Amino acid sequence: MTAVVPDAEQRAYVAAQAADARVNVEFESEGMTLNIGPQHPATHGTLRIVAKLDGEQVVSCEPVPGYMHRGYEKLTEVRTYPQINTLVNRLDWVGSFANEVPFILAAEKLMDVEAPPRAQHIRTILFEMSRLANIVLFLGDLGAQMGGVTAVFYGFRDREFVLNQIEAVTGGRFHPNFDRIGGIKDDLPKGWIAETKVAMQKVREFCDEVEDLLIGNEIFKMRARGVGVIPADVALSYGLSGANLRASGVDYDIRRDGGAPGLAYDKVDWKVITHVDGDCFARCWVRLQEVRESVKICEQLLDTIPAGPIMAKVPRIIKVPEGEAYAETENPLGIMGYYVASKGDLTPFRVKIRTPSFNNISVVPWVAKGVYVPDVITILASLYFILGDIDK
Amino acid sequence: MSTVATILGELTPAYWQSTLLRVLIIGILVPTGALILAIVFLFKVMAWMQSRLGPYEAGPKGLLQLVAEVGKWLQKEDLIPRGADRIVFKAAPFVILASTFVLYAAIPSGPDPAFAANVPTGVYFILAVSSLSVIGVLMAGWASSNKYALIGGIRAAGQLIAYELPMVLAAVGVVILARSLNLQDIVTAQAQFHVLGDFGIALPFIVVQLPLFVVFMAAVQAELTQAPFDMPIAESEIVAGYQIEYSGFRFLVFFLAEFATAFGFAAIVSTLFLGGWYLPIPGLADDLQSGWWYVLGPIILFTKVMIVSFIVFWVRFTYPRFREDQLQKFAWKWLIPISLAWITLTSVAVVVWQ
Amino acid sequence: MPNIPGKGLLKGLGVTFGEMVQTLKPDSMGGGPVTVQYPHEKEEPAPRARGVIALHEENCTACMLCARECPDWCIYIEGHKYLAPPRREGGKPRQKNALDRFSIDFSLCMFCGICVEVCPFEALFWSPEFEFSEVKIADLLHDKTRLGEWMETVPEFEPYEAGAEVKVKKVPAR
Repeated sequence: MTAVVPDAEQRAYVAAQAADARVNVEFESEGMTLNIGPQHPATHGTLRIVAKLDGEQVVSCEPVPGYMHRGYEKLTEVRTYPQINTLVNRLDWVGSFANEVPFILAAEKLMDVEAPPRAQHIRTILFEMSRLANIVLFLGDLGAQMGGVTAVFYGFRDREFVLNQIEAVTGGRFHPNFDRIGGIKDDLPKGWIAETKVAMQKVREFCDEVEDLLIGNEIFKMRARGVGVIPADVALSYGLSGANLRASGVDYDIRRDGGAPGLAYDKVDWKVITHVDGDCFARCWVRLQEVRESVKICEQLLDTIPAGPIMAKVPRIIKVPEGEAYAETENPLGIMGYYVASKGDLTPFRVKIRTPSFNNISVVPWVAKGVYVPDVITILASLYFILGDIDK
Repeated sequence: MSTVATILGELTPAYWQSTLLRVLIIGILVPTGALILAIVFLFKVMAWMQSRLGPYEAGPKGLLQLVAEVGKWLQKEDLIPRGADRIVFKAAPFVILASTFVLYAAIPSGPDPAFAANVPTGVYFILAVSSLSVIGVLMAGWASSNKYALIGGIRAAGQLIAYELPMVLAAVGVVILARSLNLQDIVTAQAQFHVLGDFGIALPFIVVQLPLFVVFMAAVQAELTQAPFDMPIAESEIVAGYQIEYSGFRFLVFFLAEFATAFGFAAIVSTLFLGGWYLPIPGLADDLQSGWWYVLGPIILFTKVMIVSFIVFWVRFTYPRFREDQLQKFAWKWLIPISLAWITLTSVAVVVWQ
Repeated sequence: MPNIPGKGLLKGLGVTFGEMVQTLKPDSMGGGPVTVQYPHEKEEPAPRARGVIALHEENCTACMLCARECPDWCIYIEGHKYLAPPRREGGKPRQKNALDRFSIDFSLCMFCGICVEVCPFEALFWSPEFEFSEVKIADLLHDKTRLGEWMETVPEFEPYEAGAEVKVKKVPAR
């Protein structure tokens, strides 16, 4: 269907679109429009933030996501459940096992199948390890965005230990594809538990190192304290979740409150960390303490894995009965949920993915009013999003 | 050695001969050697602090990395943005490079003829010349026709001008102790600075001017726009700031100017606070005109320069960066009062004890 | 330690300096960088690492299950039916599948493992081999000869941790 548009009109239209995207010096009286992104080292991927500046202060600020939209929810309508499991790994690609878990839990709810205790246990261990991998990267990247480049290398270096352990059991460092409806794919290889405990110790040392290098640094504190304060009611109304919410003082953690069946959190002794300030420093600090708590959880789980089968009785070709189910878990980035509607086929009828980063960046226009340009970067760094998670 | 001394002594009257020698050493040899070693030093030290090995393939253990870098940058396309002011855009890197090379001219690396210009007001000359680079930065920021470059350039202007003052004040303390602005006189004053009485060895000025040393180092870090003061080039925010539109040879000039300036400032710090080309070696400690200093002087100066630049880079890789207003507050509320207080103390001490 | 202003700054300097010393220490003292100088030294990936897929042709019956289940549809299988001689005298000739073509396009492959898992005859195996890069993207379409060659690199299945009830599988003899 082609419409005949006069050449001049076409050129005017293209010029108008280009004028919006062009970055050059304009003599606007109310200040300058700056595009932070989509190609930018500080946003974790292709996020575009259109900021109207008055000198160095931000007058208004609007995130424009969608540069990485891959059409996940449409893809799931023509994929079988094991295939969706593979695809869904690639949403939050730094803590990728965590993406599979809520989807599998929703499908298990629909099929009315429960994974055996050993599978639930190992699932929880891998879930916590993906949380470690994710937040260790966050702590390293915090350095990069603040200007202390060495912290990045320490983050990636110590993340390797966790990824090596994930690779030893699942075969894939970044995309494990290990969770199955009714259990997990394979059992642990010999010697894995001892090696993982060594990796946990390394992560603990990393936490101390980052505290000395970055979080305890006076310059970092000056940059992050008092910047980007989000009060608890605003956080709740914008749908923030995860460490962002807990840093504003709201004591809500689905691992404890949601009671997700299929994970073994009730067998472990751990606590939820909150902070009252709600500024950037609080969010970074809460995540650092959460890494320490995760290490504690992992070590307790590693000591108490029950013996038994790893897979419940599930048919080879999976046809999920008709119905709808929603399952959400406390992912490293926040609360991730899958709403699976099935009509009894091999493929689901519709899957709606509730990703944490999408809601987390919705608060940016509110929080970034009146701050300086470097503070916008600090706020984005502390809110912590992954583009695959925002754009799906 | 005495023959070398006589030869070099005989050279000073003949103007063109000594000029040639000085241009060769100061204009070409010193900066090139400095750059090769500075850049490799920088990359290697940065890598070691990050648990990795740094450049390893270019040359033995990566020592020819600068040659590889130069080759890489030279073969890139020369881009000038469409809306850019062409003449200013092209001239900006060379303004910065020029101010750096003039800096090297006044630093003594040995007794009398071993430097390019024995400026009677050496300290004043150096500080004035180094602030010319601000013009180059502003030119680059404005002429690039890019909002990021403009932000970077304006931040740089504010920062570089603000940190001129602590640098000058910190140098004043040294000048009071040495009673001269001439850099060669400052070195000889440190050679005779027996603050512990006639029994002790000559001490460099850092011993009694430690707060001013810290202030000067902070100011140097800011003048080089290194972290924690690298707002103008904040890589993760405005992606190279005023250098953003430069590629190829022009970026290479910025790159080289940055390292040459780093080494130049490190040489100034060594001369003012650490004793310059002098070291109280037993046997040579009192004979400042001996021919040995022509050989040992540059080596000693170079070692001190490496130590000082190590400290500069060490701080650069460890700390996150300040925000603009915090940066200005730090200069005006902390560095300047400390330096003023210490200058007063120094002046009182000099009057009382001498 | 008393709360001196600037304490955090000094601790940070200490961390980087300590790291530098650790990197410069010789290997015998437990130091050295964490990086591996790749072309000169190589790291061994885990035995279960998903490097490349290997095909054991004798077991394959061209049932097409792997090609159907692949999320990317990157497996191309062609086979034909033929009549094999009867197993004993006087019996009917048996119909069997022969494999003509079995190619995997590794430029599309997501390395998810669904094909390996779904194969009912245990003809596909994971191998930790990762050095198979090509210059042209079309060269990443590997046929059954190459896939058969990779069977050499398939490691034996490891024993499990205590408490596992799964039995260790066996890689067929080459």
